[in-house]
Amino acid sequence: MISVDRISKSYGSGENVVHALDNVSLNIAKGEIFGVVGQSGAGKSTLIRTINSLERPDSGTVTVDGQNMNLLQGAQLRSARHNIGMIFQHFNLLSSRTVQSNVELSLEITGMDRGARRKRAAEILDLVGLSGKATAYPAQLSGGQKQRVGIARALASKPSVLLSDEATSALDPETTQQILDLIRQLSRELGLTVLLITHEMDVVKRICDSAAVMSQGRILEQGTVEGLLTTEKSLLGQALFPLGEIPLNGNTIIEITFNGVTTDRPVIAQLARTYNIDVGILGAAIETVHGHQTGRTRLELPGSAETVAAAIADLRGQGLFVEVIGC
Amino acid sequence: MLDRNDPSFWSDLFQTILQGAGETLYTVGFSLLFTVIFGLAAGVVLVTTETGGLLAKPFGSRTLGIVINKLLDLLVNVGRSIPFIILMILLIPFTRMLVGSFIGPTAAIVPLTIAGIPFFARLVEIGIREVPVGLIEAAESLGATRWTILAKVMVAEAVPALALGLSTTIVGLIGYSAMVGAVGGGGLGDVAFRYGYQRYSPEYMFAVVILLIVFVQLFQSLGNFAARRLSHR
Ligand SMILES: Nc1ncnc2c1ncn2[C@@H]1O[C@H](COP(=O)(O)OP(=O)(O)O)[C@@H](O)[C@H]1O
Ligand SMILES: [Mg+2]
Repeated sequence: MISVDRISKSYGSGENVVHALDNVSLNIAKGEIFGVVGQSGAGKSTLIRTINSLERPDSGTVTVDGQNMNLLQGAQLRSARHNIGMIFQHFNLLSSRTVQSNVELSLEITGMDRGARRKRAAEILDLVGLSGKATAYPAQLSGGQKQRVGIARALASKPSVLLSDEATSALDPETTQQILDLIRQLSRELGLTVLLITHEMDVVKRICDSAAVMSQGRILEQGTVEGLLTTEKSLLGQALFPLGEIPLNGNTIIEITFNGVTTDRPVIAQLARTYNIDVGILGAAIETVHGHQTGRTRLELPGSAETVAAAIADLRGQGLFVEVIGC
Repeated sequence: MLDRNDPSFWSDLFQTILQGAGETLYTVGFSLLFTVIFGLAAGVVLVTTETGGLLAKPFGSRTLGIVINKLLDLLVNVGRSIPFIILMILLIPFTRMLVGSFIGPTAAIVPLTIAGIPFFARLVEIGIREVPVGLIEAAESLGATRWTILAKVMVAEAVPALALGLSTTIVGLIGYSAMVGAVGGGGLGDVAFRYGYQRYSPEYMFAVVILLIVFVQLFQSLGNFAARRLSHR
């Protein structure tokens, strides 16, 4: 649905040049929720803004729904944008318009007539759970409600893509959760493809199917969230399940990554029994990543090299992802 | 010297002041109309022809955008730095060409408008500049045309600031209108000059001052009220 092919973009020149995007490529499948995480200044906003051509890359191509966004101008670009909704960290609602009227702006732009606009706006406000607030002004709403209006405005023209630039970064954790749930629910119901960027790993864990980690204009890793978690030395995995410093005391230290299938089994207890080792649990982080139990456990395995090797082989035999991180 | 014991003194005063007030409102009203039209346009162009603005490249040329921006900025500064009394005299030939005479309330509209435009344009510029860029981006992301962004985002969001700017402009124009009045433009300034200054009547002077204060108070409060009502921030 969205394909970003080797795009670069720099600002400034000479000594002050900033490579906001450095040869970035991404592929986002239809209906997927794709997260891009990275620290402030990593180039995330620049990246998302190239998708709807608010920013043009210096080189490389951006394709959305089969259309090369770089080549579009004028009316063609505007009509491509009707198909790409966008929501923002600071909501960007018009203070002079009511909630209903803010949503209708999107439809005024697509040229819908008044009656149809009314109907569609009411429909979409209902979908985001704000029907009671149609005549309120943005200043009278909470942050979460403002973002719901933002979502309604972005989706009013029935786009197939939703771009989210730090949409939950100004919200408290509880509201963040509600907005993320809403985005996920809408993306499923409407078949939306979502690209969301964030500096919070948590957001990726909560709703993304796939993700990329970005730093200094480059993509460091990308893939499905579950895939990344079971990738050796994955930044995303380590960031999502921080287990702290590794103690070095001569014993073998391993990390096991669980996925949905294996979390129900008493893996560790079985290991201790079968091989008669005093398994030490050094750290564990189990989280629900969009519906699946996923997590990491760091274990200390004392004992002879042969026993430990046999135990590890056994775990791997059970389909678990095992990493030896110290011995 | 007027005789205040003359039986027709007070009714004459009333008549004269009423006519003067009518002329002042006429002059200020029309100059305001033109000031708003041209000042709004000038203010919008000033903001949008800046680097990265909506009209940064009129007809695809950034050079043209820069030229328009700099020229307009210069005109506005020049207009605002010439003292009104001098501007008025400078404009006499222009006024005569446009209206046929430089005497009377209609002729007074010309210098008032010329002085009002740069004044209001700056206020418009300031008001529009305060609209957060994020709103413009949001409209762009929805696929809005430049015209829609100008009208429905930039100007619409600046309306409360524009209402305040408008009342400030009216007050300024009332002050200028008194000056034009004194040199033949009619209105309350003319009354104050002819009766108060040339014929030493404190009653006329006093009546003019009171009326001007009432006008200024009225328009300023109206502006403040409108700005408050129109703002939903
Ligand atoms: N319009 C711009 N002009 C100059 N530098 C910019 C501009 N936009 C972004 N940058 C720079 O590009 C880098 C990436 O910015 P951005 O994409 O906003 O990062 P993020 O959204 O990840 O915080 C930063 O160093 C930023 O200063
Ligand atoms: Mg950003």
